[in-house]
Formats: sequence, C-alpha cells, structure tokens
Amino acid sequence: MNLISKEKLSKMGSMEKIRMILDTVKEGKIVVLETGLTPEEEAKLIELTMLEIDHENFIGIEVESYPYREKSIFSKIFGKKQGRLTVIGPANRLKTLEKQEDLIKTLIT
Amino acid sequence: MGLLSGLRKRLRFIYKLLLRKDKLKIGIYGPPNAGKTTLANRILRDWVGDIMGSPSEIPHETRRVKLREGVKIEVDGKSVTIDVVDTPGLATKIDFHDFMKFGLSEEEAKRRAKEATEGVIEAIKWLDDLDGILLVMDATEDPFTQVNVTIVGNIEARKLPLIIVANKIDLPNASPARIKSAFPQHQIVPVSALKGINIDSLYKVIAEKFG
Repeated sequence: MNLISKEKLSKMGSMEKIRMILDTVKEGKIVVLETGLTPEEEAKLIELTMLEIDHENFIGIEVESYPYREKSIFSKIFGKKQGRLTVIGPANRLKTLEKQEDLIKTLIT
Repeated sequence: MGLLSGLRKRLRFIYKLLLRKDKLKIGIYGPPNAGKTTLANRILRDWVGDIMGSPSEIPHETRRVKLREGVKIEVDGKSVTIDVVDTPGLATKIDFHDFMKFGLSEEEAKRRAKEATEGVIEAIKWLDDLDGILLVMDATEDPFTQVNVTIVGNIEARKLPLIIVANKIDLPNASPARIKSAFPQHQIVPVSALKGINIDSLYKVIAEKFG
C-alpha cells in the first residue's frame, strides 16, 4: 500500500498524479492519497482507466473518497474543489463495504 | 448574507437572460441500470411520441451517446426546448464476466465490455458540451457510490444546473430520502420512469430549472 502525502501531491501535475496512480494500481497495489483528486482529475482517471482495461488482467479500479467540500474563502470565490482522503485500488482487490458522508469501510483482499 | 444571496440571484437572472439559448442540451447521466434510457424514453414518449432506445436488465445496454433534438416541454405556461442526450452508464470498472452471468457468450461479453469502456469515455467527454444534467440514481440503492460522487463533483465544478432524479420509487425498498440526505445541496425529484409516477413534477422542475 502506498500512502502519498499532501506535500508530494501538491508538487505533482494532474497527469503526473493520474499516471502514478494507474501504474501503481496496475501493479496490484493500493494507493492512499492524503488530499485526493479534484472532480476533473477523477473524471480523467476514469477515462484513462477505461483505455487501459484489457479484460484479462486489469478490469478497472475501485475509488473511495468522501464528497467534495468547499473549504477556504479562495475555494468559495473561485469554485475550486478540494479533494479529500482517497483510496484507490484494483477493482479485483478493493471492495466497498459501506460508505457514508464521513466514514468509508472497505475490504482489501 | 441575504443581501449577497439576493445579488447573486439577480446576477444569475441577468446572465440567463443575456445568454439564453433557443435550445438546451440536457444530458441524462448516472451509473449503469439506474434507468437513464427508461427516463429518456418516458420524456420522448410524453412530448414527441417517440423512444430513444431499448432498456435492458444487462448493464451497459447503452454504449453510445444517443441524441434527440428539439423536445419541447410545456408546463403551467412555462416551456423549454431541449436536446435530450442519453449517455452510457458511468463506471470505474468493467468486467466481462459480469455480462456472462446474463447468458452472453465470452466473445459477446468481451465485445460488450470493450464497447462499454468506450461509452464511459464518450459520456465523460460530453460533459463539456451540455447546458444541464439530469442525474438518475436508483432509489433502491445506496446513493453514496463513487460514480455518483464523481459525477456530482464534475457537474458542480462546471457550474451546470443539476436535477437529481431518484428513480424506481415504484419498488418497495426505494428511499428518495436517502438520496436527499446524501446530496442535500441539490434538488431531488422522486419518480418512477417506468410507471410514470410523479413524472409531471419532474417536467415542472425541468421547465423551471432549465427554462
């Protein structure tokens, strides 16, 4: 399992983050992002995941994150969403058991 | 606060008045099997006497975006003309074995899975060309799925008007209240697209929100 800090994520561009996530997940590992992804990055991650599904070894990803929250005045003015703690893993290893607004229960096999 | 909110409403009204389009492209989004095509068919049948496509119990039946232009909805003197965009179900994973459970051969299941992945990409790309969204959720299911969270986040980021359609309220375990508590910041309209239950309320909200 790779736990990626907020500091490391803040230094990475969107595509760099998404590439790192997909490469790690395709190796069968689980990625935990301290600050998560923006909605646009999540959509891009889904798009790239769809391109890389090979129907044999990689069937997609499971993403677990909390709903977005506008935190700062900056984000309220400019509408920038701040991602929250996010867990991403291969769909055949990570399973959601229960998800609420502030609680996520997952099973890793 | 009230002053700011009033000002915001007034600005939004002026903005809508100035940039008003003759026709609005409204996308129907949601996870697979939420009833998107059933809703599209209901809207088209009610207003133009047509249908969009055939729904199916097998997930990812709609694997290409379908567009029906010029659907005029009129409710209580308000009218709006929309282009209905029925999109493939969004998902983060697609396993061809799931389709084989419905009796498809391995070859058919793999072809369907490949087309479904392309459909998801197409649905995401369409988000940039739309004027509003009807997000269909299955009211019998847990609304806190990643797909729902991601779609809502993307719609909010693009500042598109959104109506959440809590579908399948004809089923005994449906709970539109669960959807309301998951996404309290958005308007929820409980309906049964299949049976037409409360569909007039949805048309009223569409005319008000998109008109």
